Amino acid sequence: MAYKLIGKNFTPPDLIAKVTGSAKYAEDFRADGMAFCKLILSPMPHGVVKKIDDSEAKKVKGYLGMITADDVPQFPPPADPILTNEPMHVGAPIAAVAAETEAIAAECVEKIKVTIEPLPFTVDPLDSLYPQGPDARSNGNVANVRLKLQTVKWEASDFAAAGDNKLPMGKPAEEWHYGDLEQGFKDAKVIIEESFVTAGYSHHSLEPRSAMAFWQGGKCVIHVSSQSQSFIVPGLARYIGIKPEDVLLVAEYCGGGFGSKGTEYPICSVPAHLSKKFSRPVMMRISRGEEYALGSARPGFQGYAKLGFREDGKMTAADIYVIQENGPHMGFWDFRNAGEATSFMYQPLNMRWRGISVLTNTPPRGPQRGPGENQTAAALEPLIDKAARQLGIDRVAIRKLNAPDNNAKVGEERESVTSSYHKDALDIGAEKFGWAERIKKSGQRKGSKVTGVGVGGAFHPAGANGFDGIVRITPDGKLHIHTGVGNLGTFSYAGTARIAAEVLGYNWDNVVIERGDMRKGLPWNLGQFGSNTSFTMARTNYVAAVNAKQKLLEIAAKDLGGAPDDYDLADEKVVSKADPAKSMTFAKAAQRAIELGGAYSGAETPAEINPITKGAVAMMAGTGLVGVAKDTLPKKGMVTTSTAAFVEIELDVETGSVTIVDALGVADCGTIIHPQNLAHQVKSGMVMGFGMAKTERHVYDPKLGIPANVGYYQTKPPSYLDVPVSLSGGGVDKPDPQSPMGTKGMGEPPLGASAAAVLSAISDALGGQIFNRTPVTQDHIINALAKQPQAHKPLQVNSV
Amino acid sequence: MIVKDVMPNFDLFQPKQLKDAFAILDKFGKDAWKMAGGNDSLAWFKDRAKRPKVVVDISGIAELKGVKETSDGGIEIGALTTLTELSKNPIVRAKYRVLADAASKVASPQIRNTGTLGGNAAQDARCWYYRYGLPCYRAGGNTCFADTPEGVNREHALFDTDRCVTVNPSDTAPALVALDAKFVVRGSKGERVLSAEQFFIGPKIDITHLTSIKPEEILVSIRIPKDWAGARFYFEKAAERNSWDFAMVNVAAAIVVSNGVVERSRIVCGAVSATPKRLPAVEDSIKGKALGDDIAKVAGQTATRGARPLNYNKYKIPLMANLVTRAVRDATA
Repeated sequence: MAYKLIGKNFTPPDLIAKVTGSAKYAEDFRADGMAFCKLILSPMPHGVVKKIDDSEAKKVKGYLGMITADDVPQFPPPADPILTNEPMHVGAPIAAVAAETEAIAAECVEKIKVTIEPLPFTVDPLDSLYPQGPDARSNGNVANVRLKLQTVKWEASDFAAAGDNKLPMGKPAEEWHYGDLEQGFKDAKVIIEESFVTAGYSHHSLEPRSAMAFWQGGKCVIHVSSQSQSFIVPGLARYIGIKPEDVLLVAEYCGGGFGSKGTEYPICSVPAHLSKKFSRPVMMRISRGEEYALGSARPGFQGYAKLGFREDGKMTAADIYVIQENGPHMGFWDFRNAGEATSFMYQPLNMRWRGISVLTNTPPRGPQRGPGENQTAAALEPLIDKAARQLGIDRVAIRKLNAPDNNAKVGEERESVTSSYHKDALDIGAEKFGWAERIKKSGQRKGSKVTGVGVGGAFHPAGANGFDGIVRITPDGKLHIHTGVGNLGTFSYAGTARIAAEVLGYNWDNVVIERGDMRKGLPWNLGQFGSNTSFTMARTNYVAAVNAKQKLLEIAAKDLGGAPDDYDLADEKVVSKADPAKSMTFAKAAQRAIELGGAYSGAETPAEINPITKGAVAMMAGTGLVGVAKDTLPKKGMVTTSTAAFVEIELDVETGSVTIVDALGVADCGTIIHPQNLAHQVKSGMVMGFGMAKTERHVYDPKLGIPANVGYYQTKPPSYLDVPVSLSGGGVDKPDPQSPMGTKGMGEPPLGASAAAVLSAISDALGGQIFNRTPVTQDHIINALAKQPQAHKPLQVNSV
Repeated sequence: MIVKDVMPNFDLFQPKQLKDAFAILDKFGKDAWKMAGGNDSLAWFKDRAKRPKVVVDISGIAELKGVKETSDGGIEIGALTTLTELSKNPIVRAKYRVLADAASKVASPQIRNTGTLGGNAAQDARCWYYRYGLPCYRAGGNTCFADTPEGVNREHALFDTDRCVTVNPSDTAPALVALDAKFVVRGSKGERVLSAEQFFIGPKIDITHLTSIKPEEILVSIRIPKDWAGARFYFEKAAERNSWDFAMVNVAAAIVVSNGVVERSRIVCGAVSATPKRLPAVEDSIKGKALGDDIAKVAGQTATRGARPLNYNKYKIPLMANLVTRAVRDATA
């Protein structure tokens, strides 16, 4: 279908502000009388606060006071606390100090004496599962979302049976299966059985999670670094201890979140509490170092995979066990996503998944771009390569044979999918990359450099439904698209806004996107996370625009005669189908909507919309023609997205250095809304994948429980010079049938696909050697090349 | 309680002339901190791990900047010459390329634009335990956290450890040693011209410093003798990222070949000990020989003899051996 706006490049409205520096992030705001906050953070990995004495701080001029865990709302364990009396990781916030300036606040922190009684701690889940092993919390060592906090110790015999090189597999916290696993392995010609580690690592968003808050007329105005807008308001209200309608969240720009700012997070409520206590606006600037403690991290996996393959390459059985290193609190369900991802990407005929989420005294975890799915890609894709080699099958061919399509099923429930074109992504990618030609270079050595060629794939769900949309046409003829999704930085808030403009046939120059501040009247929308926006928001913007369209037709019929069906929209006018001379401009219709009132002007709202949406409509009622609706469009099955990535590397056999010389990603993304942005998303995800594959991981001293890497130069995300100039990204561009214009999300899989492709290429250059670990750092490669043992044990985590 | 990332107050002096700087240093003694490009100093201050009362910002002293040719045919490089300037300087590029190459591999373009040769060569240790603010030997305490049974010491030393196992992380230092540079340090009481062996010091000599500059002295310039001008050079930094990373191991070499055989050479590795590690046995092993793959290989094997790896840094042995092999094999005029 030919669209006016969809599928065309455009400049998202926030882009120029970002490039010129005029964009204001949370830390850029100032308010009269603003005080500053500094946090008191735990110096030790686990302990109990016995006493906090600020008598010396009280002598400092400019000290306003502090709040502790006793002054803020408490939530049932293992919820992430705002402030805590049982710090469970280095950098856990114990108290917050307010002072006239940040320098004074810091001086006061130094003068405050906190007595902490140390408790046992651990940075390795296996140590905690071992009989009599340390627990990360005084009240348990296993927990997750929907997995209650409990204490689990495995049998010594579980460990003895496994030895050092294989994952011990005691009783899992959760498991599921389908089919007949045993029969699946009997049907296999080749069985690959490996234990693996994927390292946990920080989100290290460029913008630390600074926040500023003040109170106005009983409401809390709070500036937060957030991926999401209206979706986080109820949670933020809970953290502040007020009603959602009393939270006025301002979050216009977000300097990177990658999942860590997708939902509300506790620390951003601290300035609100301080502000209330001291009746002053309060700014809390979070530093780079603090961001490593408070800014979330991807959980690590210690895992096991046994995969069976038929002679033709079809996966007959998959048996997956994942121990998730979850940090000390609630964390995220990456371990479950490992099962879902395996079932989707390879469509195994029979499968079992088992998992457990173990607590450690490392930074609290949250979802990071492809949570669980991308670790799974990095862990399993090298094993697919190994099977392909043993079976003598091309590595792309074996993936295509197992790849999902529109008949794919996912997970234990064998849920259907709305669409999947992963085979197309592999085909398009292989063609563009010249796979057949490239693999002829595999293993070729020039000087000290050996070429490796790799392929990888990854998956993520790609959309949800049931949220609200608002559009508004004002008497100046402008279309205002109110979006409450937030602005993660991917520009999909703007891309999906164009769906509404498309429905109404609007000229993009006459469209204003209202966003970033609840005071603008923003509807109840899902957050910007989970690769969902391009599906979920397409639907809400679509239904709101359809609602507005109906109102335009009705108003024209009222004023110009006939029935609404006698009219259509063209050139921002309502035009009679029979007599094109008979028309009404949208501007005029907006004026009439105000006069007509009721649903036309937003004075009345549909019953089914969310209270937040109702409140938003109330703010703008009477200012134009208001289209508002809840997405009740039919939806069946899981919306899915996946990416196929292709990478060529040069591996220097004298230094172990891996240079990525070319890389390409192709996403199954539904209809492409915004080609330039799609390419940007694929490429940026792939760059993160390079980091996952090569450098990024938590490092802890296991005896001290302190982090070794708390700065960019230590955590080593890829730099500009680590990315090939030729890196490119694109999409399959086949519509999803359950999205009004065929669009769906795609943001997360490029990372995992790219990491897998890099690992695949490293193995290819080394003649098939696999490391069963991410990242594969340069020292690992050097040790392998020198045929000397690795410094770490196979399942060791967090210290290598 | 510990707080980081907020710079405490200090008195700032910004002298424009050396004599004024010396007067300030003499007055405040050990309470004064000398700052050039500020890349490292400011990070220390922000972390509140170093708390000087007085900071002497010497970056405005014009006489410490620039590269000039000396009457004896060598060059003298002002300590405040930025790494960017150094890497682009035509004389350095033409005659002492190993130094320009090393300077161009330091950190990132932004850091090279403000970072100085003096600051880079005289930089402090990067041991993460030390940087974390722990009371280790180097910080004046009485233990080493890196050299323990479970210490995380991937970046640490192979050679010449003594209680402390940190390395000299500089990229320019090995190149300067390869060029037989002399370090000119000056104070109000006079000037000392130090050889690399005198300038760079290990924990046996002073466990809290990587150089022998005294508190009242300033590194004013670095002299490069003409002896190695136009030699065959090689510099390589093995690091995990191509920008903003410290070396896992680096190597700098200057080799003079005449009549088809090696007449003399200086070969130096960084990030393997607390000082740039000159490799006299390697130099001996290639002297008088025609350069080729075989002697290059022997050179590499010779380089790592005596290495004593820690838990996590054994990879440095083959890496160092291969880098030295490459230096000997691939050095070019």
